Amino acid sequence: MSDILKMCKTVVSSLRKKTFCQMYPFQPAKFHTHTRGHIKLDAAKCILCTLCAKRCPTGALEVDRVKGYWQINRYKCIMCIECVHACPVKPVKALTTEQQYAPPMAKMENERFDVEIKKPAAAPKVAAADAP
Amino acid sequence: MFETQEIINIKKEELLPKVSSLLKDGQRLVQICCTKGSKLVVDYSFDKNYKFTNFRLELDLQGDTLPSITEVYFAAFTYENELHDLFGINVVGNKLDFGGKFYRIKETAPFNKPPCQEVKNA
Amino acid sequence: MPKRTVIPFGPHHPVLPEPIHLDLVLEDEKVVFAIPNIGFIHRGLELLCEKKPFQDMVLVAERICGICSLVHGIGFVNGVEKIMNLQVPERAELLRVFWSEMSRIHSHLLWLGLAADAIGFESLFMHSWRVRELVLDIFEETTGGRVIFDAIKVGGVKKNISKETLGRILKQLDKIEEEYKQIADVFVNDFTIAHRWSGVGVLTKEQAELLGAVGPCARASGINFDVRMIKYGGYDKISMEPIVETAGDCYARALVRVREVYQSLDQVRQAISKMPEGGEVEVKVTGFPTGEYFSRVEQPRGEVIYYVKGNGTKFLDRFRVRTPTFANVGPLVQMLAGCDLADVPAIVLAIDPCISCTER
Repeated sequence: MSDILKMCKTVVSSLRKKTFCQMYPFQPAKFHTHTRGHIKLDAAKCILCTLCAKRCPTGALEVDRVKGYWQINRYKCIMCIECVHACPVKPVKALTTEQQYAPPMAKMENERFDVEIKKPAAAPKVAAADAP
Repeated sequence: MFETQEIINIKKEELLPKVSSLLKDGQRLVQICCTKGSKLVVDYSFDKNYKFTNFRLELDLQGDTLPSITEVYFAAFTYENELHDLFGINVVGNKLDFGGKFYRIKETAPFNKPPCQEVKNA
Repeated sequence: MPKRTVIPFGPHHPVLPEPIHLDLVLEDEKVVFAIPNIGFIHRGLELLCEKKPFQDMVLVAERICGICSLVHGIGFVNGVEKIMNLQVPERAELLRVFWSEMSRIHSHLLWLGLAADAIGFESLFMHSWRVRELVLDIFEETTGGRVIFDAIKVGGVKKNISKETLGRILKQLDKIEEEYKQIADVFVNDFTIAHRWSGVGVLTKEQAELLGAVGPCARASGINFDVRMIKYGGYDKISMEPIVETAGDCYARALVRVREVYQSLDQVRQAISKMPEGGEVEVKVTGFPTGEYFSRVEQPRGEVIYYVKGNGTKFLDRFRVRTPTFANVGPLVQMLAGCDLADVPAIVLAIDPCISCTER
């Protein structure tokens, strides 16, 4: 008879413990340091170098240097964070990852951020004696 | 660490006698695979005591037939149905033949499409 | 002669986790023959190798299946590294072993829960998956994802694990083992489970060898075969023996998986203790792959074969996966012949079907 009731001990002891389930979304979700989530752009820091779009394995990113925008197709993004690693802006990258899924969308459309096209600083004038 | 693997070329006529002798030896059928190059290359892989051997034969790209080995190894019916569905190879004598409907795909032989013809503008 | 009826089973069925369809030919509640039918989720992933560069194909290989995703990545990368003659550093190899064995623990815990649910033992199902949550927390802490890890690349691994994290993980493993012992005790000693599964779906050793069964399905019938014994990529530093049972029925398959979890916990501890201090975790990749190789890796479900063929460009010529469930379809047809209709769910679950792996 005790062979059949082997599970009773585990069930009774877990009735007395605190619940293991987390009441999400009423309690905030717990993430770890490296948890990957959706991509976020800081438009003020972006320099429109298009390195992130070239590195994306699924082609979810589109960056236009002439018209000045950065666009992401959230349905194609697989959150591999390669674009965040490829962003060359220093000291803080223009692309970051937020540890949560992207908010739900009612229509299938691309998310576009307008980026100001920054002109590079004027090169210093070279003196006639230093010219090769 | 990588293991050494043997690849032996055989002809289509030698396939059934070879497979019967492998069964008597106690070898296990591992997989049947096909690659498309200038010809269709079909690989039969066998294993015994962690030693991996591979037998290779060649077929024409379109319209060739292959004898089935389900008489000897019944479990080969899944691989032969897959060869028929994806590459269009006609396997003769399969004991459990799904007639091209194993994978439920709309196109016939999607992995073996003829190369696109160049269209010259008039 | 008794009348024969044909009953369709699946692809939508409350007990099945995967979409497989079986046409069961019945004579008065006994199954005479079963005709398997797959093809509901064929995606044609093998043809993507002609469009994506070989370094991005790791991401495709990982997404063939959700439960065994990391081991798919390792199999592919193993094949490409052989044909490019790359030597992966020792720390990266042992990190891959660590993640593979944790993957095996989480996959077997998932199976134990589903098998208990199939016979109606709901509380055991919930408890198994609760222990599995502790394993998934370790994955999220070290790789950033719970199901798809994105941790492997050609030439090494993408992330390193610090010494403090490894020490914390060792303590977590003790806690996991303590909770797992209570569940394993039920599987091994409970009377109802043994009564339900003994003598059901018997596969003798000769039948298993002839039909080419792999994985715990074959080891439960007495075949001593585990691909980790060829000592690929890091397993040459880990000592192990395959776990073999002789009965060949569903109960033996469950016992093999229960004991493999203990073996994997021991292997994870060995891998952590043998990891070298410091060192690189990746090697630089230059050039393109040329040549061909059959890479064999042990997944939680059995032996998986990766055939990669390169032709000197950045796109591979051929990428072929043969997963263990594909090889176990033949033995499944053999096991179903002669069983009762009520035992069909237990037998189908006993081979641990992963149909998204089978159809790619």
